[in-house]
Parts: sequence; structure tokens; C-alpha cells
Amino acid sequence: MSVFDGLKFRRVYSPIHNLDPRMKFIYVCAVFVAAILFGEIIPLIALFLLPIPFVLLAGVQREWLRSLRGAAFLAGFIFGINVLTNFFTSGYVLTAVAVETSAAMTLRFVVLVESFSVFFLTTSPDHLGLALEQTRVPYEFAFAFTTAVRFVPVLAEEAQTIMDAQKARGLELEKGGFLKRIRNYVPVLIPLIVSAIRRSLELAEAMESRAWGATKKRTNLYALKLHRGDFVLLALTIGVLVVAIFVRVYVAVPTISQFL
Amino acid sequence: MIEVENVHFSYPNGVEALKGVSLTIRNGEFVAIMGQNGAGKTTLVKHFNGLLKPSEGKVRVDGVETTKTSVAALARNAGFVFQNPDHQLFSETVEDEVAFALKNFGFEAEVIEQRITWALNLLSLTQYRKTSPFLLSGGERKRVALASVLAWNPNTLILDEPTIGQDYQQKEKLRQFVVQMQTQGKTVVIVTHDVEFVAESNPRVVLMKEGTIVADGEGREILTTPEVLAQSSIVLPQIAQIFMKLAPLGLPKNVIDVYDAKEIILKALEERRK
Repeated sequence: MSVFDGLKFRRVYSPIHNLDPRMKFIYVCAVFVAAILFGEIIPLIALFLLPIPFVLLAGVQREWLRSLRGAAFLAGFIFGINVLTNFFTSGYVLTAVAVETSAAMTLRFVVLVESFSVFFLTTSPDHLGLALEQTRVPYEFAFAFTTAVRFVPVLAEEAQTIMDAQKARGLELEKGGFLKRIRNYVPVLIPLIVSAIRRSLELAEAMESRAWGATKKRTNLYALKLHRGDFVLLALTIGVLVVAIFVRVYVAVPTISQFL
Repeated sequence: MIEVENVHFSYPNGVEALKGVSLTIRNGEFVAIMGQNGAGKTTLVKHFNGLLKPSEGKVRVDGVETTKTSVAALARNAGFVFQNPDHQLFSETVEDEVAFALKNFGFEAEVIEQRITWALNLLSLTQYRKTSPFLLSGGERKRVALASVLAWNPNTLILDEPTIGQDYQQKEKLRQFVVQMQTQGKTVVIVTHDVEFVAESNPRVVLMKEGTIVADGEGREILTTPEVLAQSSIVLPQIAQIFMKLAPLGLPKNVIDVYDAKEIILKALEERRK
């Protein structure tokens, strides 16, 4: 469940937590675009290092590292597949360039995970909902989205309980070959899905009995406003995009293997 | 026999749920673990089949330390029925649900068949054998969960909040069932808030508060001592409340059982008539 830990919001206050979620989201998207622009390892290393000051400022290092560790398996998988494909398509030779490209592809994935992780770690579900509403997303959708985010930790906890309950009936999740192991999860997934559906029906009834959707126009106790920090982030975002596009278009990005 | 030696346990999120618990449960005992929400009751019993391993201290089940063996091996002797049946039901029929654990433990097909029949009969579920467990009522689902554990006939039975969502009649059946288990020499451990249920079955009571054991002894004594119960925010059973008020008349204070209460009151009335 460590991947979920990387998305779990903890209520603390820091300059990063107080930033407007809309700005943070635009920033994450900019990093996303920049990561897609480059297939070379040097700019991707730069993009990888970019969020670290944010993480330190927000004081979420531990959760952030945990989410990276959670992504490690998939990252390893991506690296392996890339290296193997290179190996087979280039006539059974493994070049330094091929390894570097594979590493770059893997790093691209890690960059995406880490920046989204920073976003979710430092943005409260309430803020996220507010941001969606203020960007004129219909309230029904905004509500569905925030509810989904809010229930991730609940579901993770429930999954743990279900695993315990099945282990107590002699289920050994780690036993058997690859396919058997996947099948081992059926007794965990079915109760999890059934109870999620049951929970959502109950939630819907509870909401309707509290007059959900009674008025078309809703008002909010809090409204999001842009502060100085948000403009700094916006400037940074534009900077990242401009530099990325400039480098892409005008600079021949060197590879590390050239220097070897 | 379950031996718990100075066990501390912290969850990964840093919450220290057990702060030095020592407890010995002998074979054939009936123990009720009581206490407030968050007192560490469920955390403690999850150590009895190795679902949780102590951060500090030792838990031995029949002489084997839980850190040195698997949950599957421990579960064979210690059946654990979880509070919410929906956390374990997943099969298409009640029959398959009960067979799940039996298959995991490697029972043979004929034995599985026999055990299913036996367990369903014991919990009056035979008529639902081919029904989907998801179509049953809450109380019935709870019984299916219980049947699925009973089926492999473990020596120790751990029931987490067995009375929640059960009507009085079902509770009474559950109580009789526990008594029946006891006559077969099984160890039964229940985790519960239900004072009245405990009062009527009069087990050994272990009272917990904030990760420690604050009282351990006979139900009759613990459930009639308001000062001890107050520590765990538990209210006296109704019978005990009545006898507390009747104490000035010279009646005993430590009564929790309806039948005992009837006997004592009848005797007192008779004496008064003379």
C-alpha cells in the first residue's frame, strides 16, 4: 500500500501547502509536458531534482520517499522492458546508449510520479474541491472527485483488514507461481469492491437525506485567492516551460554516453 | 495456551496501541476482552494468530513463538472471526465460502464436504447452502463468517465483537454456542463492548485501557466494581446496578446473572415472609 501513502494528505502548514492548488496543478502539468519533451537523460535529471526544494520546504520528505519507493517496482519493470526491447531489436547487442535511453525513459516515469506525489501530498482534498469549483467544473463532478480522493486512505485501510481476515482463514498471498499469486488476490478484491459499492450507496442516501443538490447555486465559506507566492510559482512554471521549449528547439542535448 | 509477555506494539503510523501487556490464556478458558474503542483489544487478539507481531516482548501460542512461524500455520489452531463479515465473504455460494479455509488448509474433498454440512448445521444455515452470501441478512452473513472459521475446528476461537448487529435471540444462541464450545474443551476469546452479553455468560474478564490491562479476573467481581469499570468507561450491567441499589437490604453486591438474581431475590422474599 506504499503507493497510496505517497498520495495521502496530512494536514500541516507550510508555504507549499498554502499555495493555490490551481497554480500547483499548472506547475505539475508544466513539469509533465517538459518531461514528455525530453528523451535525454540530462534534462530529465534536472527535472527530477526540480521538485526537491518544494518537498523540503513542505516537510513531506518521508511520505515523498515512500511514494518513490512504491513506484520503484514499476520503474524497474519499465527499465527492464526498455533494455530488453533495445537488446532484441538492435541485434542482440547492448550499447551504453541503449542503457542510457532506457534509464531516461524510467526517469521520465519517476519524474511524473514524484511531481504528482508532491501535488497530492501538499494539497488538501477540500482545497482541491474548491479549486475545481472555482474553475467552473460542475459541483457534482468536483464532489465526486474530492470524495474519491478522500476515500483512498479508507479503502487502503479496508484492504489491509480484508487481507488480515483472509490470512486468518489460511490464505497465503505469496504462495505459488505468477498466475496463482494474481488469483490469490481474488478473495481480497471481491470484498473490497462489494464494500466500496455498498459504502457509496450508503453515502448517497446519507447525502440525499441531508438535502444534497437542493439549491442550484452553492456558496462557499472559503474562496481561493491568489497570493504573492502563487505568482512566484506561476513565474517559475512559465520559466520551466520557456527554458524547456527553448532547449528542445535550439540546443542539441548531449548524452552522457558521448563523454564516455 | 496463549502466553503474552510484556508486549508492546506500534502501528506503522506511529500509534502505540499496546504498551506492555502480559496475559496468559490457558486451554479451555473463556475470556472476554473489554475496554473502550482504541484501548487495543483488537490489536491484542490479532497477536494470537500472528496477524500482528509484537514490536517488543513475546507472544507464544502452544509454546511456539509467533515471530517464528506463519499466520497460516497459527491460524490452523486459532480461528479468528472478524467483526465485519463483509470483510471476508467473497464466494458465489455459502458452501464455497465455508470451503475456502478448508481448501487452504489442504483438507481432502470428502472431509471438506462433511465439515461444511457440520458447520452449516451447527449455525442453522443449511437451507442457505447454495445461496449467495451477499443475499443474506447482516446477522446471517455474520453466521456464515463464523461457520467458515468453525469448519476447520480450531482449538482456539477468537471472536471480534460477535454480538454487534445481532438481535437478542441471536445473542442468546451465540451464548449457548460458546458454552457448547467450552464443554468441548475449546478456548474462546471474545472482544466486546457488550456488558450484558458478558454478564450473562460470566467469563474471565480482561479489562483494557489505552494499551494496558487494568483488570483481569472473574466477570462477577470485575463487572460489579464500579471504580474499576469507570476506568474503561464501561457501565455496570443492569442486574449489577439493581443489586448495587439493593445492597442496604443486606443482599450481595456481586450478582450479574439473571438466574442467580432470581434465586437470591426469591430467597430474600421467602425469608421476609417468615
